[in-house]
Amino acid sequence: MNQTSTGAVGRPAGPIGSAEPVLQAVGLVKRYGNVTALGGADLELYPGEILAVIGDNGAGKSSLIKALSGAIVPDAGEILVEGRPVRLPTPIAAREAGIETVHQSLAVSPSLDIATNLFLGRELRRPGVLGSVFRMLDRSRMRSEAARHLSELGIKTIQNPNQAVETLSGGQRQAVAVARAAAFGNRVVIMDEPTAALGVRESRAVLDLILRVRDSGLPVILISHNMPHVFEVADRVHVQRLGRRVATLDPSGCSMSDAVAVMTGALDPAELPAGALAPAYS
Amino acid sequence: MTTSNTPRVPASGPEPPPAAPADDERPPTLVDRAQKLLHAQATLGPAAVLLITVVAFAVVAPNFLSPPNISLILQQTAVIGTLALGQTLIILTMGIDLSVGSIMVLCSIVMGRLSADAGVPGPVALLVGLACGMACGLVNGLLVTRVKLPPFIVTLGSLNIFFALNLWISRSETIRGADMSEVLLWTGQVVTVGGTRLTYGSLLMLLICAVLAYALHRTRWGRHVYATGDDKEAARLAGVRVDRVLLSVYVVAGLVYAVGAWILIGRIASASPQAGVMDNLDSITAVVLGGTSLFGGRGLIIGTVMGALIVGVCRNGLSLAGVDVLWQNFAVGVLVILAVSLDQWIRKARR
Ligand SMILES: Nc1ncnc2c1ncn2[C@@H]1O[C@H](COP(=O)(O)OP(=O)(O)OP(=O)(O)O)[C@@H](O)[C@H]1O
Ligand SMILES: [Mg+2]
Repeated sequence: MNQTSTGAVGRPAGPIGSAEPVLQAVGLVKRYGNVTALGGADLELYPGEILAVIGDNGAGKSSLIKALSGAIVPDAGEILVEGRPVRLPTPIAAREAGIETVHQSLAVSPSLDIATNLFLGRELRRPGVLGSVFRMLDRSRMRSEAARHLSELGIKTIQNPNQAVETLSGGQRQAVAVARAAAFGNRVVIMDEPTAALGVRESRAVLDLILRVRDSGLPVILISHNMPHVFEVADRVHVQRLGRRVATLDPSGCSMSDAVAVMTGALDPAELPAGALAPAYS
Repeated sequence: MTTSNTPRVPASGPEPPPAAPADDERPPTLVDRAQKLLHAQATLGPAAVLLITVVAFAVVAPNFLSPPNISLILQQTAVIGTLALGQTLIILTMGIDLSVGSIMVLCSIVMGRLSADAGVPGPVALLVGLACGMACGLVNGLLVTRVKLPPFIVTLGSLNIFFALNLWISRSETIRGADMSEVLLWTGQVVTVGGTRLTYGSLLMLLICAVLAYALHRTRWGRHVYATGDDKEAARLAGVRVDRVLLSVYVVAGLVYAVGAWILIGRIASASPQAGVMDNLDSITAVVLGGTSLFGGRGLIIGTVMGALIVGVCRNGLSLAGVDVLWQNFAVGVLVILAVSLDQWIRKARR
């Protein structure tokens, strides 16, 4: 369990340095009654990087990314997109800011077909009068584009984009949600445990997909409990604990067991060996 | 919308993710197949039930299939069918509307009083009546989306409110058709289509059916109605403005009920504050018999027309066969419970 830096080889030039964060959270607070889901959480996502977010159950990982994707409105704190403060009161606002998200709950509509799900909220209309006056959807174009997105993402077991999502297996549903985010994200892609329901082979394909998304220039936030996955693909590892970030680690300078120790509170980040903290985190 | 429709991800994946699931070991039985088929083809069940009831009554009651009786059934179905079309929209969003009948009666009284007593021109009275239906729907919709009350409670309350308003405006008196504008009675006029005498009211119902079917399946709004009813939170996260969709559904349903009021005036050639009292439950019955799930997100508008026809055929056939109204209600009650049980069972075909 300590082949720590395998994924570091061949990675593009480090994302950190002079660059400005694409997406930044400063001091986010979210309370549910007397449960504090986020107690002043920070996060920075730099251009072209994969930022993994790890933390115990209930550490506030999903709450953090829900705030970044407009699914919840934080009680306090600030979100900045490319340095500019933004308000993300709805998922639509986040989508319009170029942030696409795969939620832990997947957020797919079971009775609708795959193509409709992929294009939900951004449906294509027929050209001309049919579209402008009669508001007619261009179903055949949405179907063919859905099929293209799925096959381009290497999703080959889904033959028919007209199939209702409820007829798919759990893993296939997850693939549809991942495909939707990857196909439409144009600034940031966020994935909350995208491999949780997947088998070994399917997880591998999603990891490859994440790497391809990153290589195409889009930064990715990946939430995962799977340490080998995290250490394989992540450029930096954000450790969330009790609603706050406790450290941002450099996976090439830190072991999985150290990361787990920081995550559980067994190890103070200050006691980590030199080079374990990612440079962007001061 | 700043999102682009082109994928940002280069092609070629080495492995297909999500492989086919490990399927059940036992081969599917005939019953399993029927369940799957009914799940995939939502109109199959209602069509079969309609066929069976028609054949059964044709055998029992010799006059049943005579052209005059068929046109009677179609006239009787027009009002319930129209209400059921509006009700379908609301049930698709996992709601229920108990105030349908009240809204319809209120609108018919508003139209009748304006035309008969206030001397307002017919078309204006009609438009005000239609606006009244939309306003009633708006009240229900605002209570559901803003105050976040369950639709059952909202419409249970508004059922009584609208009915009381109806009694107040009508002074509990029936408005005679003879005092009203021809425009309001137009829906009761007869046209002969292929040997069958139909009223404009029945044709209007079919027109509403076609428009709604188009809107639900060919427009963004319709897809969002299904998505909202299917899983509201998932739809919200996927970028559907769910509250706006819900509000629009209540307003459109209110408009459809108001058209139902117009059809009702033509059908009974008057506006009565007591008309349509049984219509609340009959409209829900028609929707459920038509295969629309009470759990939202599943159902077809054409099924509702079949459901309304099943109710109409049963009531008409039973009275032709000389069965007491009491037992007609009994039979419709049994049908509803059977239809809901069937819906539950079909839903299990979901994996
Ligand atoms: N809608 C909610 N209502 C009440 N409490 C909530 C809600 N959502 C989250 N919480 C609480 O906030 C805390 C953080 O939850 P969150 O889902 O962000 O954790 P997580 O890190 O994503 O956990 P997991 O690894 O299990 O997904 C938990 O204690 C949870 O109980
Ligand atoms: Mg979570």
